Amino acid sequence: MADALHPPVSLPTQRSCPFDPPDGYSPLRERERITRMSYPGGTPGWLVTRYAEAKELLVHKSFSARQEGIISPVPTELAYDGPAAPGAFAKTDDPVHSKYRKLITGFFTVRRTRQLAPMIERIVHEQLDDLEKAGPGADLVEVFTESVPSRVMCEMIGVPESERKSLQRHVETTGRLSATVPEALAAVSAMSGFLARFVPARMDDPRDDVLGDLIRGGQLTEQELMGMTATLITGAFDTTGNMLAMGVYALLEHPGELAKLKEDPELMGAAVEELLRFLTISHLGASRWALEDVEFAGRTVRKGEVVTVALPAVNRDPERYENPDQLDIGRTDHGHLGLGHGVHQCLGQHLARTILRVGYEALFDRFPTLRLAVPADEIPMRDDFVHYGPGSLPVTWED
Amino acid sequence: MRITANREVCCSAGQCTLIAPDLFDQSDEDGSVVLLDAQPGAGRLDVLREIVSRCPSGAIRLEEDPGA
Ligand code: HEM
Ligand code: SF4
Repeated sequence: MADALHPPVSLPTQRSCPFDPPDGYSPLRERERITRMSYPGGTPGWLVTRYAEAKELLVHKSFSARQEGIISPVPTELAYDGPAAPGAFAKTDDPVHSKYRKLITGFFTVRRTRQLAPMIERIVHEQLDDLEKAGPGADLVEVFTESVPSRVMCEMIGVPESERKSLQRHVETTGRLSATVPEALAAVSAMSGFLARFVPARMDDPRDDVLGDLIRGGQLTEQELMGMTATLITGAFDTTGNMLAMGVYALLEHPGELAKLKEDPELMGAAVEELLRFLTISHLGASRWALEDVEFAGRTVRKGEVVTVALPAVNRDPERYENPDQLDIGRTDHGHLGLGHGVHQCLGQHLARTILRVGYEALFDRFPTLRLAVPADEIPMRDDFVHYGPGSLPVTWED
Repeated sequence: MRITANREVCCSAGQCTLIAPDLFDQSDEDGSVVLLDAQPGAGRLDVLREIVSRCPSGAIRLEEDPGA
């Protein structure tokens, strides 16, 4: 017999420390395997905060990622409840999902992304040149962390530099939960306008890049190529930028860990994994909905109900990690879900890892005395964005 | 000990290649797993168990030697 249900909660969002998940998660994770949750507007659904259940849910065949059934776990006017656009495979299920994913994954393998390291290094160093020019007091987010990932992705798919900044703004708007409907619509239509100019032009004249290869492959329509390009742009920009910035902020505020890293650069790979686990910037988690009534974690999840997997809570599960709330860059036990799990596990994960590794290495190498230029509690946090991170990061250093 | 990798179910997440690039690679066409060494030494057992638990599709199977 299952225990009686507790009254539904809403998604915990209040943090007492910028590096820790919202405080409300721990008691729920301790209490039960799956929690009744009330979605904005009062729709009943569920919340998963434990590692084992999260992994099980994200590979469960009775749960769908299709956009038309997903409800946002936090209030926002951005909600769109129609089906995903052709080629926008993140919010689809197999076999549609795997059809697209198989066409694109070859460009994002461990080996292929490592081959991109020289290009990424060049971009990282150019942005660090800008940081040097901007001088102490500069905002690391503006000059470095948000520019590097967007430049890398634009270079991979051949988006001209002249378009990048405005695309970046539109991606930012569509990820801001507090954006109004007119703001969001303007951003979406500007993005679509760009795609409708860019993709057909490249189809007439395919370049030597990822988009060119997809076009030459001949398996995708213009609409699908547009959906795929949009998915790559929105998937890469904000996620990696916030993670890059959040990692720098966390390392600066954990000087012991930063010192360990400087002493032993071999730790970089493990440090990146640990930062992905500890910081889990996909703070709204991953959502799925039940395709049928299904027994899960001792409860009956009704057809159509949404389950949110709280990735930040899952990655701090004490059943899974020793001292989960400690940032320990020497940790060898990874397997975090910061990049998801199952067939939707992040397509760009190896690219992200390479950008993070190269980015941290170069930054702390060229600016060994880097520190915050303002007290830590003055750093504004992007609680109201789909991806969490510092809104700005003023830094200084000894010349 | 013997490893098998089922390319039909593999979802190309690359956890295998990330953890043990000497044993696994991914194809350039669709990113699916390519087994480089199906019978590594027993010294790799821990690494392989880790990969089996991290592989999100269940594509990788490990047949451990009886009694090992
Ligand atoms: C540190 C940076 C990143 C983080 C934290 C991150 C996080 C995630 C997470 C948690 C998911 C799973 C969502 C779910 O299961 O519902 C995901 C999927 C995805 N990510 Fe990332 N991501 C990052 C970087 C990137 C980059 C650089 C790209 C560029 C290609 C990218 C493209 C995608 C795509 C296309 C999906 C959907 C995959 C699918 O449905 O098959 N991400 N990401
Ligand atoms: S970890 Fe599993 S799903 Fe990922 S590439 Fe390797 S075999 Fe395929």
